[in-house]
Amino acid sequence: MKVVAALSGGVDSAVAAARAVDAGHEVVGVHLALSASQQTHRNGSRGCCTLEDSRDARRIADVLGIPFYIWDLSEEFRRDVVDDFIAEYQAGRTPNPCIRCNESIKFSAVLNRARALGFDAICTGHYARIESNADGQRVLLRGVDPKKDQSYVLGVLSQQDLSQSMFPLGDSTKDHVRQEAAARGLLVADKSDSYDVCFIPDGDTGAFLRSQLGDQPGDIVDQSGEVVGSHQGAFAFTVGQRRGLSLGDPADDGRARFVLSIEPVNNTVVVGPRESLAVQTLELEPTINVSDEEVSIFDVQWRAHGSTTPAHPVLSDSNVVEAVVLVEPAYGIAAGQELVMYHEERVVGSARIRSATS
Amino acid sequence: MDMKPSSKHSSLPLQAYLDHAATTPMRPEAIAAMSEQFGSVGNASSLHGAGRRARRVVEESRELIASHVGAAPSEIVFTAGGTESDNLAVKGLFWARSASDSQRKKILTSSIEHHALLDPLVWLAQEAGAVVVQAGVDAQARVDLEQVTEFIALDPQAFAVISIMLANNEVGTVQPLAELVELANKYGIPIHTDAVQAVGQLDVDFAELGVDAMSISAHKLGGPAGVGALVLGRNIEPTPLLHGGGQERNVRSGTLDVPAIAGFAAAVDAAAMDRVERNAHVASLRDNLVKRILDVVPDAIVNGDQQFSEQYRLPNNAHFSFPGCEGDALLMLLDAKGVECSTGSACSAGIAQPSHVLLAMGATSSTARSSLRFSLGWTSTQADVDAVISAIGPAVERARMASATLVDQA
Repeated sequence: MKVVAALSGGVDSAVAAARAVDAGHEVVGVHLALSASQQTHRNGSRGCCTLEDSRDARRIADVLGIPFYIWDLSEEFRRDVVDDFIAEYQAGRTPNPCIRCNESIKFSAVLNRARALGFDAICTGHYARIESNADGQRVLLRGVDPKKDQSYVLGVLSQQDLSQSMFPLGDSTKDHVRQEAAARGLLVADKSDSYDVCFIPDGDTGAFLRSQLGDQPGDIVDQSGEVVGSHQGAFAFTVGQRRGLSLGDPADDGRARFVLSIEPVNNTVVVGPRESLAVQTLELEPTINVSDEEVSIFDVQWRAHGSTTPAHPVLSDSNVVEAVVLVEPAYGIAAGQELVMYHEERVVGSARIRSATS
Repeated sequence: MDMKPSSKHSSLPLQAYLDHAATTPMRPEAIAAMSEQFGSVGNASSLHGAGRRARRVVEESRELIASHVGAAPSEIVFTAGGTESDNLAVKGLFWARSASDSQRKKILTSSIEHHALLDPLVWLAQEAGAVVVQAGVDAQARVDLEQVTEFIALDPQAFAVISIMLANNEVGTVQPLAELVELANKYGIPIHTDAVQAVGQLDVDFAELGVDAMSISAHKLGGPAGVGALVLGRNIEPTPLLHGGGQERNVRSGTLDVPAIAGFAAAVDAAAMDRVERNAHVASLRDNLVKRILDVVPDAIVNGDQQFSEQYRLPNNAHFSFPGCEGDALLMLLDAKGVECSTGSACSAGIAQPSHVLLAMGATSSTARSSLRFSLGWTSTQADVDAVISAIGPAVERARMASATLVDQA
């Protein structure tokens, strides 16, 4: 097959591309330029979008003996990922930009462009597996390394996306991938992992949002509506957050207070005790189809590396999942987070959490 | 470490190299001259025998180059290449001229210069108080003489230096240097020209041209990369960029690279010797390429001067816009077929920016992004042209589909 290997400049995509070459595919390396303001050198950012990353990606392609190009998707990234991220926080929700990037950049804009240019598939360094079931349908499975599994951020991919994607690292552990990179002479074998949101190099989401949205002062209130503090922008808060509230006086009962909800309409942050964070019913958007499933209880996950909780689906009249009810209450789930349903190792579906209630 | 390419591509097609304006293969004469020098020791500044030997090679090279570009040997200042020559000319002359008269803050240039010229000017504006005045160009990329005249006549005492290229690197348009020199002389303003693309192809005579400084690069004419010259009139004294041992009239310190200079001279000589026949051959291949691309892609646009004689356009240059395509997609598709060309707009991170030259010519951003430059040279053959012709049709069709997918999403 003719394959576009997305090369971030990191060790995972490098080894994935190397394996695609070994498998006999005709591989072309592509580095995605996602930031319109190219940084001059690695300046605090880890693993994404620096000039050094693009150089590393080029060197990887050299070592693999494959052609290399940079595709400029900075406009699309700004529009579909960064602006969406800002708008979601502004609306009081907690988005996952990596999922939006996979959904609208890597497996959409890039894959479409690759297909139009005559390629058959895209190869990335994600830790997840794609297999075919008895009906010939592609199924997405967790990567075998539980610490690195990235099936959560890939749950949004469609059947068609999966049929044109290759994840050669799904069966490997990170340690093994690093060893293999070293054995192959790839100079990025020891390069550190990227964890942060790539367009917020210093990891300070609140400061980034303030720089984009400006100060929007408002009240912090308790559940009775009494003003207990003030803030410079409700967008900078996340449901479940405890630190950084700067509440002068302790609560009457002396217990820690958490962000319970964010009300963008009146720019108010509501705080209260931890037990008030408990939720059990999560409404979803869009719905998830489980018509082919033989079970009625699934594991659900709402954070990239979070644990899972069993949950019962709530079916609509048209027999699709419009909500899930957790078997045990959970804490700190925010609207906007992605919920991925699993059956054992397999991804059943993925949807955004529209609301989380007790 | 295994340095061998481990490509699994079964049958890489023969390469058709059509990017001679980026760099052209080294002439055998240059390789021989360099090889001969690599084995010898000697610092051209040393006073002993080895030094004298090295010095002799440098001076003979200087004389050979001077004789081919119509300059006196003392007017050849060796540099590390075109970029350094451009920097030395405009920074050095600006510093010297504004130091002797603080009124002289203006620099006149065009909107289609190479980045090696434009970026130093941006730096001078930001860091040294320079006021950069850019003359526009017409749709064929020829500098607007009336505008230049107007700008200068408005305030002639304020100009420290004029710098306008001899031939454009992207679309090949030859600039009206004689008129510009006349204007510069009239007001006593020193004039520099970036002749990096012109020397080796056009019959460039420094004295006849009448400019005060002229940049040359060896690797554009069959010599090695990393060496070049600023041809500098006897009485012109730019402030140096590099201070040190006082080599090269004290204008450019640094131990001279004897093998590179020998290779440079051999290449200049070789390029001058076969210039007329080579240009006739290259121009006929270029004309054939243009005609046949227009046959295959009838809506392709030929950028630059439509008169293809040497007086107006570099004989090796063909530059097109392919409406509905992205240049970088075309480049990739042609590369896969072994056809090597350029989008004409390089940048450090490899992200395609629309060419400032095309934009200055009045092209829209999307037209500028749809452009490709094919540049031929002394090794070009009919087979190279044939390779382009067989690859270009399907590549344009594919690239149009790819652009359409992006537009659909927007």
